[in-house]
Amino acid sequence: MPGKRERKAPEVNAGSMADIAFLLLIFFLVTTTIAVDKGVLVKLPPWSNEPPPEMKLNTRNVYSVLVNANNELLVRGEPKDIKNLREDTKTFIMNPRKLEDMAEKPTKAIISLKNDRGTKYKTYLEVYNELKAAYNELREEEAQKRHNKSYEFITRDQQKEIRNAIPLVISEAEPTNFGEEN
Amino acid sequence: MGKFTKKRGKANPEVSTASLPDIIFMLLFFFMVVTVLRDSELKVANNVPTATELTKLEKKSLVNYLFVGKPLDKYQATYGTKPQLQLGDKFADIKEIPLFIEKHRSSVNEKEIPAIISSLKIDGDVTMGFITDIKTELRKSGQLKVNYSAKPRADN
Repeated sequence: MPGKRERKAPEVNAGSMADIAFLLLIFFLVTTTIAVDKGVLVKLPPWSNEPPPEMKLNTRNVYSVLVNANNELLVRGEPKDIKNLREDTKTFIMNPRKLEDMAEKPTKAIISLKNDRGTKYKTYLEVYNELKAAYNELREEEAQKRHNKSYEFITRDQQKEIRNAIPLVISEAEPTNFGEEN
Repeated sequence: MGKFTKKRGKANPEVSTASLPDIIFMLLFFFMVVTVLRDSELKVANNVPTATELTKLEKKSLVNYLFVGKPLDKYQATYGTKPQLQLGDKFADIKEIPLFIEKHRSSVNEKEIPAIISSLKIDGDVTMGFITDIKTELRKSGQLKVNYSAKPRADN
């Protein structure tokens, strides 16, 4: 009889262990922010040792954007506020009123971006972002016009067609070297 | 025989939940380890600018990171206050970029090499001269897909 009593060892209830572990798990899941990396995607031109060939471009098709070391904007020889850059770029590319001094057609438009070695990266990216935004907005409008749908929701082929109709051409020149670098 | 049936009738099978905590602990440890390992310690000030036209970087294994910014206070004694490049978790010279890219390339599947993206995490206050040099170095090593890391901005 005493042997039987000894066999009944008191058991610790492990049922709540799962709950404790769950609590920890949820805590870690919530607190660890899996950093989503986002950014402006850019394709750099391939490197070549020779200077690029001189291209004869009709000046009406070139939209030159200059950012100087004081982070000021000079667009086609005139100072401009960055707030107007997106809209003006759009008008330049599409040329809705068929003006003589704007792009013949969107496929011929070239954006030429030049900065100084002393330009702040923040400004540079802001300008680049505005230029890219102009193109993205134009593509969106085109998608709405052609397919009555947002650019995101049309098929790959349709997207490609629109991309070919409004190709993004941002040419970056060697920076000037006037400003002070940090 | 009789003894046999008696025993079977008495048996009351219960699913043991004792191993449940272990399974969950395993998950917990998995998450803890995975989330910590991937990050390299930042040694430069890195306040990326904001932008609106953002693309998400999908495959982490096909992304390499280049950090640029002023060294943090504790490193300024050795590295000065000029913007520095950080590759992995070390300060590096821009001449080391091709090797860094090559190392990353050799670690991924050959077919996926063209899909590799370099994420440039650059502090907003760095001037373009240094960045242009980095871009030139990237172009020389054939790494043309570049992503200027930026924080989303809510406007328009």
